[in-house]
Amino acid sequence: MSAATLKRAGYWTMHYAIIALYVAFALFPLYWLFKVSLTPTKLLYSEGVRMWPSRTTWENYGFVLTNSDFPRFFLNSVIVSVSTAVLVTVVASGAGYALSRFRFRGKFWLVGLMLITQMFPLVMLISPIFRIFTPLGLTDSLLGLIIVYTAFNIPFATFLMQSFFDGIPKDLEEAAMIDGAHRFTAFRQIILPLTLPGIAATLGFVFTAAWSELLFALMLISKTDASTFPVGLLTFVSKFSVDFGQMTAAGVLALIPACLFFFLIQRYLVRGLTAGAVKG
Amino acid sequence: MATIDIDGVRKRFGNVDVLHGVDLTIADGEFVVLVGPSGCGKSTLLRLIAGLEDISRGAIRIDGERVNDLAPRARDIAMVFQSYALYPHMSVERNMDYSLRLRKTPAERAREAVEGAAGKLGIDRLLQRKPRTLSGGQRQRVAMGRAIVRTPKAFLFDEPLSNLDARLREQMRGEIKKMHQDLGATSIYVTHDQIEAMTLADRIVAMNEGLVQQIGPPRELYEHPTNLFVAGFIGSPAMNFIDATYRREGQNAFLVVGEKRLALDERDVADGTPVTLGLRAEDIAIDADPEDPGAIEATVELVEPLGLGTIVHVQALGTHIKALSLAVVEHRVGSRIWIRPHPEKFHVFEEATGRRLERKAQFAAELPA
Amino acid sequence: MSVQAERRPGWHGTRRRFALRMEPYFYASPALIFIVAVMLVPLAIGLSYAFRDITLLNPFSGGFVGVQHFVDLWHDSDFWQALGNTVTWTVASVSLQFFLGLVLALRLYRPFPGRGLVQALVFVPWAVPMFLSGLNFAWLFNPVIGPLPHWLYAVGILSSPENILSDPAIAIWGPIVANVWWGVPFFAITLLAALQSIPPEIYEAAEIDGAGTWRRFADITVPFLAPTIAITVLLRAVWIANAPDLIVAMTGGGPADSTQIVASYIFTQAFKGLDFGYASAVATVLLMLLLVYALIVLMIRQSLLKAS
Repeated sequence: MSAATLKRAGYWTMHYAIIALYVAFALFPLYWLFKVSLTPTKLLYSEGVRMWPSRTTWENYGFVLTNSDFPRFFLNSVIVSVSTAVLVTVVASGAGYALSRFRFRGKFWLVGLMLITQMFPLVMLISPIFRIFTPLGLTDSLLGLIIVYTAFNIPFATFLMQSFFDGIPKDLEEAAMIDGAHRFTAFRQIILPLTLPGIAATLGFVFTAAWSELLFALMLISKTDASTFPVGLLTFVSKFSVDFGQMTAAGVLALIPACLFFFLIQRYLVRGLTAGAVKG
Repeated sequence: MATIDIDGVRKRFGNVDVLHGVDLTIADGEFVVLVGPSGCGKSTLLRLIAGLEDISRGAIRIDGERVNDLAPRARDIAMVFQSYALYPHMSVERNMDYSLRLRKTPAERAREAVEGAAGKLGIDRLLQRKPRTLSGGQRQRVAMGRAIVRTPKAFLFDEPLSNLDARLREQMRGEIKKMHQDLGATSIYVTHDQIEAMTLADRIVAMNEGLVQQIGPPRELYEHPTNLFVAGFIGSPAMNFIDATYRREGQNAFLVVGEKRLALDERDVADGTPVTLGLRAEDIAIDADPEDPGAIEATVELVEPLGLGTIVHVQALGTHIKALSLAVVEHRVGSRIWIRPHPEKFHVFEEATGRRLERKAQFAAELPA
Repeated sequence: MSVQAERRPGWHGTRRRFALRMEPYFYASPALIFIVAVMLVPLAIGLSYAFRDITLLNPFSGGFVGVQHFVDLWHDSDFWQALGNTVTWTVASVSLQFFLGLVLALRLYRPFPGRGLVQALVFVPWAVPMFLSGLNFAWLFNPVIGPLPHWLYAVGILSSPENILSDPAIAIWGPIVANVWWGVPFFAITLLAALQSIPPEIYEAAEIDGAGTWRRFADITVPFLAPTIAITVLLRAVWIANAPDLIVAMTGGGPADSTQIVASYIFTQAFKGLDFGYASAVATVLLMLLLVYALIVLMIRQSLLKAS
């Protein structure tokens, strides 16, 4: 074997060793979560830190799904996240289109405003929003959460949609307008259908963000039947802090929709970020 | 079909004036080509006519109706884009009948129109395909088809051939010309390619820096360019320019270039004025008689055989000059030859203003009334 | 028909000009309304709370107290500790995320068998809801069901296999580890995209010019990535400083406020103490600090632009 071959073999060994470490680092915590959720309660204290328990069970999931409020939390979270994702995508499509296609006096201020909202601490808004929402009946209400999450996610979604619109030639709606379409008709019939991947990515991002939000949900919701999954899980954890099996089972359930969406948008993630740079 | 009146049109983007006041009247059925280097305002003018940009000052009238404030959809014009702008998610047929569907044309009539146009362009077999599966030439045809399915008042072309390779461009040029002869539609065609302008136009509008430089039939721009810009822009190979001084001694007028005197007809300009002499390559004979008083000694720098003829690059009169000969030329690089510019074909421009200096005898007659 | 009359826009024309001018607002206004109503207005109201006595359970509160909250803040040792923790939390999280993200991006840059799968797998943590990754690490640090204390004890970092989250001296590292796990994919994606935007011809040219692997990295990759890196790191730092989710989920700021950062301190004051006035005063100070930081970032950006 020549020195060059040895060197190359060494390089690839290193390469795959590093990759393996990263994959382990990324996946081990999730593996452990799943493992604990399958461990029978009786075995937790004796076998809690073994790599795999001597016996597994689905009874933690059974309990969470039947004897707890988690199905309610799950449903609430789905309602809030889906509504937020749809609403944000509609609103951000409009704003992203405006930023992509028009030069107008307010543009500088609109972009500036959106950038600032990405910079300032959202916890600042907890007290005033609580005080404003209470008399409006928007606390303890899923609608209140949808409104807050929608506003918070619009800036990022707008920039995302803008980048997708920027990738579609302006000529297309000009051609449509000459063909006899109103601009809005051209927007709906020509531009939006071509932005479907972008719309899917935006829906996914916003859904995941809304699904994960904790602080405003904690503050604005105190009734159990209006709680979202994060609030329900955290309340459960602080109340029954020894029911590890059930807690982790609920955690795994919380993971499912977010991961599902993530895998759907994953290919757009890297593509979306690189699309601007690598011209195809 | 319609006439188009452009009356004192100005366009300003922010603080930049792109068009400084354009006047142009286009007759019904005329094919007008706007030509000029990039940034001269030709595309902007086209977009103003289409309604894609707002007119800052002046007026545009289509068939006598002022359209300044009409949206593009209300102007009833069709446009072929440089990028073709085909709707990627629609089939060729849907692309072509989109404008008809927007106008709620009955399906039967729409299909007839699409099939008619597709037949004319030879794309009837492609109707169910998506644009991305088509070649560049086919896309170009679909873009043209989309424009001709309805009978608009005018066709606008924005550099429609510049994304095609040379061979295809030549072919499509012929087809556009033929289509115009068939349909007789008022057409405005923007290009930076002066060959397209020469071959297609009834009249050429040469533009530079937001101003119309000259309007006229192709031959007029070629043979009587009104200024240095038009002289330099129209024609390939480009016109030779030689710095000279205009002199007059009694009845004899001549140009002084270095030590050389070139006789010419009198011009209406003071003795001693610095001028630019313009010579088209084909107006310079090579292998002239050394005894001829008009002959100039030259050194061959480069020989470019074109097949059709030969371009001979020479060093003469203290500058580089290109001469075009239809004969096969076998000169070696570095050899000495004699060239002779055709004195009737001298283009003389005042150096300070760039304007053409006409022969004195014709000067009064050629002034517009 | 006089030219003069022609050039003056008619009534119809005025209306179209107006419609054209308003068109972008037709598309942008819903977004604008949401942002103004739910973010900008509450922000202004929140700033006014900083000068008032607002306690949720006290119906007589609401009076103007001037700068009293800020005076209290000056003498509030918990606040100063939170401020120090914010720096530790932000610097440690960002630098670890960045370094690990860069190594990962460099590994994923060139194609190798299985790259697509690896890419999907290592990006998974980012999809995990933040609060859940916090809870999960809290469980991993729990000696009853988590392996981490035992491993840390085995390699000699801990003197006994106990939960680091209950030791005030080192508890802050719990949320930091969770944050690093969660945030590496973000940096990896951003840097990967930046790496892929470097035209491959440049590497090929350098290789032909005789540059080795290391020279190519130092002379091409680093200068190309530097602007992206600088801006991403500086902006990400703000985001991390502002995100208390992990701390709220893992420790609630405890034990004894030892893991409180300013953002979580604001949340705790509002959520547990229901003292909106004081919470808003802390928030105002945080906002000021961020403004100063933003100015510094802008200045660095300017000098970077000038340098390139």
